[in-house]
Amino acid sequence: MGYKTIIEDDIDVLVAGAGLGGTGAAFEARYWGKDKKIVIAEKANIDRSGAVAQGLYAINCYMGTRFGENNPEDHVRYARIDLMGMVREDLAFDMARHVDSAVHQFEEWGLPLMRDPKTGAYQREGRWQIMIHGESYKPIVAEAAKKSADKVFNRICVTHLLMDEAKDNRVAGAVGFNVRTGNYHVFKSKTVICGAGGASNIFKPRSVGEGAGRVWYAPWSSGSAYGLMIEAGAKMTQMENRIVLARFKDGYGPVGAYFLHLKTYTQNAYGEEYESKWFPELQKMVGKEYLDPEASHRTHRPIPTCLRNHALINEVNAGRGPIHMVTMEAFQDPHLEEIGWHNFLGMTVGQAVLWAATDVDPKYENPELTTSEPYVMGSHATGCGAWCSGPEDVSPEEYFWGYNRMTTVEGLFGAGDAVGGTPHAFSSGSFTEGRLAAKAACKYIDDGKGEGIRVSDAQINRRKEEIYKPLETYTVGRNEIVAGSVNPNYINPRQGLDRLQKLMDEYCGGFGVNYMTNDKLLNIGLKKMAALGEDLDKVAASDIHELLRAWELKHRFLTSESVFHHTLFREETRWPGYYYRGDAMKVDDENWHVLTVSRRDPQTGEYTMEKAPLYHLVGDEES
Amino acid sequence: MPTFVYMTRCDGCGQCVDICPSDIMHIDKGLRRAYNIEPNMCWECYSCVKACPHHAIDVRGYADFAPLGHSVRVHRDEEKGVIAWRIKFRNGKKDMDLLAPITTKPWGTGIPQLANEAAPSSDMRDSQLLFNEPKYVRLDDGDLHTLESNGLKLKEGVYY
Ligand SMILES: Cc1cc2nc3c(=O)[nH]c(=O)nc-3n(C[C@H](O)[C@H](O)[C@H](O)COP(=O)(O)OP(=O)(O)OC[C@H]3O[C@@H](n4cnc5c(N)ncnc54)[C@H](O)[C@@H]3O)c2cc1C
Ligand code: SF4
Ligand code: SF4
Repeated sequence: MGYKTIIEDDIDVLVAGAGLGGTGAAFEARYWGKDKKIVIAEKANIDRSGAVAQGLYAINCYMGTRFGENNPEDHVRYARIDLMGMVREDLAFDMARHVDSAVHQFEEWGLPLMRDPKTGAYQREGRWQIMIHGESYKPIVAEAAKKSADKVFNRICVTHLLMDEAKDNRVAGAVGFNVRTGNYHVFKSKTVICGAGGASNIFKPRSVGEGAGRVWYAPWSSGSAYGLMIEAGAKMTQMENRIVLARFKDGYGPVGAYFLHLKTYTQNAYGEEYESKWFPELQKMVGKEYLDPEASHRTHRPIPTCLRNHALINEVNAGRGPIHMVTMEAFQDPHLEEIGWHNFLGMTVGQAVLWAATDVDPKYENPELTTSEPYVMGSHATGCGAWCSGPEDVSPEEYFWGYNRMTTVEGLFGAGDAVGGTPHAFSSGSFTEGRLAAKAACKYIDDGKGEGIRVSDAQINRRKEEIYKPLETYTVGRNEIVAGSVNPNYINPRQGLDRLQKLMDEYCGGFGVNYMTNDKLLNIGLKKMAALGEDLDKVAASDIHELLRAWELKHRFLTSESVFHHTLFREETRWPGYYYRGDAMKVDDENWHVLTVSRRDPQTGEYTMEKAPLYHLVGDEES
Repeated sequence: MPTFVYMTRCDGCGQCVDICPSDIMHIDKGLRRAYNIEPNMCWECYSCVKACPHHAIDVRGYADFAPLGHSVRVHRDEEKGVIAWRIKFRNGKKDMDLLAPITTKPWGTGIPQLANEAAPSSDMRDSQLLFNEPKYVRLDDGDLHTLESNGLKLKEGVYY
């Protein structure tokens, strides 16, 4: 096929995917590894890549210890409540105690953080969120990463991790291809920090046709962080913990600033408050410990996001939809009206376009809300990702194996969406995790743990063949037919994606089935997934751009398969409003107050599942 | 809202191709101008719109739910450090100009070159601290939070 092989050797720290986690990693690695070789391999252009490509209007994780606002453990408790208890609290505490230093640096780098004119503190949107003019958030952190890295390879789709042939279960770099030149890139590295982000587009989206790119998380979030790590045999955790978002209809514009800062609220189609009437029944499902509206009212203890979704979904099913966001009061204040629009322009321009197209002026009309299709990611309000070691001074034995944020594969670290059990990290927390992983990776190298890695030409060539196979499949198969995209010997990436999304929707609890599944459905789904897996060996790509889509699809597939196994394993309905196990419709703390951990055997593809204990942060006086 | 390119404004410079996170702005070889090759993978992120030196790219709301006749235009100016938006409604009743800062410093000048910073001591390496910590966490003399300092324990079991 004539594509060149380009080998980058002797790398110390390879950052695979430079979004918020990866840029934090590349930046920080230079401090701990002055003379180390730091290389970035990024699928897009680092200046505008990942979930923050279009900017953000808020930093959703900031303690404000500087202003005496919160302590790290307050944030951990908040995340614990929101996630119905399922959090790696060692990792969450560690992230929270460092996150402010990242945010203070952002301000120094030029990111415009808003200030409260009265107190001088950062302008709060809510207890944890601060407001920013963040259109250039990504280019700014990219600048920091570029200053630290020896080399940045843009437009490299990383397809596989390289494994060491001198020592079992040790990483040795990564491979991929340039989505423009088609060239094959080999990165031999002592450590890899995986920051390749979460997964959109694995469940059938509500949008159809031309609008299919209008998903909540970016359409280029291809689940590559999971695909890469799962394929290498890293253990994963909480992959069943997908998230469903209540957002403005069709545009999926963010609601955080609306609820928290503009003080807008929701009502049903008939102008009634609807949430509270669903809570008594819901309380029977989840227990008073997880849902106690009176206590929440008294103490401002938040009601878990999933449970509020549950009320919204049920109200719509009861025939009283759509749900509206009441904006007509807040938007009478011109200042608040402006913030409402800026909020979209700063992070979801499409919502502004949609309201302009449909003449929705929220000053005179309350816009519709809906619940999205599910997403699988680990840095927003949910905790999918790799099972990683915590920090030495915090983690109990079960959570600690030497290096902070290292997965169960030696030398392979994670940051952001890649790390499991750490919800509510958001942009700032992901960046912070990258920094933590970078320091640990440098230490791993200084301790001599990356010595003597060996990668044979056989491994390199095997991967090369595998990567370009979809082009080969196309070239051979297309000659059998006159024209068009229907072929008995292959499917193209779009056809494969459509199949995956339909399967996930119908068998794994997508919006099309009201987020409902059960053991029977999951087992049928897994059978169909196996057939899809076989067909993906025959996915065809007509050009290099389609080859990119083919590999994104393969990463999405691996992510989805893991979601299936995890969802089947956890025999309870832990997060009503995110998904329901119809055969086990209750929260079951007796059996399932645990984290779920999986491993896919790289040789056989077989999954093994286990339960891991949950440790909670408790005050001295409570223990 | 997938993007499209105005024939008369595009000169084929490739800035949009260089920046699109979805890899869908490509140059048509015959016309030597850019176009969106895969509208159903467009996030309407506006990265290409902002990057085009000739304002040749615009957005037309997704055909499956957005009626025609609206406009959201943008001009981003790194030198001045601002971004300017104009939103026009389909019915012509609303026409808004909105302006926001994108940086508070001349571009890139506030970011340190870590290779030039003093190397961390071995004490620091063995600690839990990151670059610029503990100072940057609290901006006072306070140290990093630990379980001990905050009176905490990690306990197995069911706590709410
Ligand atoms: C609509 C929206 C609103 C949000 N609002 C907020 C908010 O207000 N405040 C807040 O703090 N956070 C917010 N977030 C969350 C925040 O964006 C994420 O938590 C954060 O970006 C996650 O960081 P990450 O590094 O894990 O992933 P990303 O930032 O997505 O980075 C992943 C990177 O990996 C690259 N990549 C992917 N696959 C490959 C591959 N195969 N090979 C090489 N590179 C690859 C991507 O191109 C990308 O650069 C929001 C997110 C979205 C989508
Ligand atoms: S709006 Fe974003 S996704 Fe769409 S073509 Fe432009 S850069 Fe690409
Ligand atoms: S950036 Fe503008 S002028 Fe340049 S190729 Fe793209 S559309 Fe054409």
